[in-house]
Amino acid sequence: MLVLVGILIVVAGFALRANPLPTILVGAVATGVAAALSSGLPVADLPKAALDTLARFGTAFNDNRYFHITWLILPLIGLLERAGLQEKAKTLITRSGAATPGRLLLSYLAVRQGTSALGLTSLGGHPQMVRPLIAPMAEGAAEAQLGPIPDNARFRIRSMTAATDNIGLFFGEDIFIAIGSIVLIVGFMEQAGIHVDALHVSLWAIPTAIVAFLVHGARLMLFDRALRQQASNPGRREGTEP
Amino acid sequence: MITVDHAYLLLGVMFLGFSLLTLRDPAHPKRLLGGLFWGLLAVSMLFGGLLGGLGNGLLVLALVTIVAVGGPGASRLPALSSAEAAAPGYKLAVLAVAVPLLTVVGTLAAQHTEMGKLLISTRQTTLIVLGLGCLLTLVGCMLWLRPPALAPVREGRRLMEGIGWAALMPQMLAALGAVFLASNVGNVVGDLVSSAFALDTRFIAVTVYCLGMALFTIIMGNAFAAFPVMTAAIALPILIHQFGGDPAIVCAIGMLAGFCGTLMTPMAANFNVVPANLLGLPDRDRAFNGVIRAQAPSALVILIANILLMYFLAF
Repeated sequence: MLVLVGILIVVAGFALRANPLPTILVGAVATGVAAALSSGLPVADLPKAALDTLARFGTAFNDNRYFHITWLILPLIGLLERAGLQEKAKTLITRSGAATPGRLLLSYLAVRQGTSALGLTSLGGHPQMVRPLIAPMAEGAAEAQLGPIPDNARFRIRSMTAATDNIGLFFGEDIFIAIGSIVLIVGFMEQAGIHVDALHVSLWAIPTAIVAFLVHGARLMLFDRALRQQASNPGRREGTEP
Repeated sequence: MITVDHAYLLLGVMFLGFSLLTLRDPAHPKRLLGGLFWGLLAVSMLFGGLLGGLGNGLLVLALVTIVAVGGPGASRLPALSSAEAAAPGYKLAVLAVAVPLLTVVGTLAAQHTEMGKLLISTRQTTLIVLGLGCLLTLVGCMLWLRPPALAPVREGRRLMEGIGWAALMPQMLAALGAVFLASNVGNVVGDLVSSAFALDTRFIAVTVYCLGMALFTIIMGNAFAAFPVMTAAIALPILIHQFGGDPAIVCAIGMLAGFCGTLMTPMAANFNVVPANLLGLPDRDRAFNGVIRAQAPSALVILIANILLMYFLAF
């Protein structure tokens, strides 16, 4: 039971709104010390247990450096933004006229989910697609429909764009048989002495994928109306009549 | 052969550039902390393999201390409202979609052609190809748009500073997961959950499994950490062995119940905090920022649907 102190620290840090990074490190070291304590280590050796845990944490930290490879795209995206990419994406949509934020994001949801289901998860993502292209396009679509939009509506559109990328990815990628979560499931069940077929697992991700598309898609269809109300609400802006 | 170590080399050079630019930026509000933070990250990328466990642990301690005292901070660069040198739209469009397309085509080529298998390591292939695609497209961009030589480092730093300390979150959570694994935390949580609930009907057991997946994912920021714990505690002994559920269906839907948790937690920083930072949301530092609030209604409905789907499909 003592080893649960780490989870307790993480939850407490979250509740106290502390920065999560120090909380995680403290939680990890506390867990390692607690595990040593409950395995009967004398109290005098606890500093060594803390250092051992720090070393274990450091090794795992080093093994997981690959998360940073995504950031290699930032210099390119920054350059393209400086050269006017976001404005271009916005005017393209504004000129087409027919797009609304909801309809645009619904198409993006379909494309993101569909390509992820084929294993093409790197076709989307927040630094690659959402910030430079999709979010400016959704904002441009809203401005084409509603004219200048208040800031709170703008931030709502951006949030919904990021949400749509995540939902499309999460409930699409599990249909692809070579994705990490399926590998994990097959491997874990193998260890438990149960053979499950990767293809079988991936097929049973389809019902949830359909539900996810219907649920989030329906919210996107309602999103346009909510935005219209927000934009015509005179409360946040001066000098506009409903 | 190109391996993931080459990508780390590239990252090391990039972070070193961010660090030097920060140290030479007199207008930066956290000049030393910022320079040190990106510098240490460069050290991790370039020499992490040589530092050993404790060396890396001390490096993490230093990084976390910088964050705790207010680093790494962000430079005061002019806002990005007007494009400095507007380039033709078609060039920008080509360059913008080049990296995702190169990554997909390159990964397929690396995995399915003899040449590709010789050139690119079969471990972490997609990430290696992604790094390669970024480098090639950046070179193309420099030749085509002819920005000043230091512009990529300057612009990359602007975006990286926007992401800030959240860039370390996935790596920190993975390391926390490793410590939890070594300390047997998963088994203790599993025992606790299975002894706290009377899992004597199929519906209650399915509900506890799915909610447990979502809740533990919310705490750990990652469904991969929750899956072994909850599946060993509830799915294997109760749902599969006792009630005869189909293992493939139980596991597939259980994992997706965990994904619903990922959509609702700031711990899943790369999905929920990084975009809030990248999109400049005013509430990005709040526990439940705009991205999480936009996702939560969909996530809750999908979670309930997962419980019902598992109940009706798996038995």
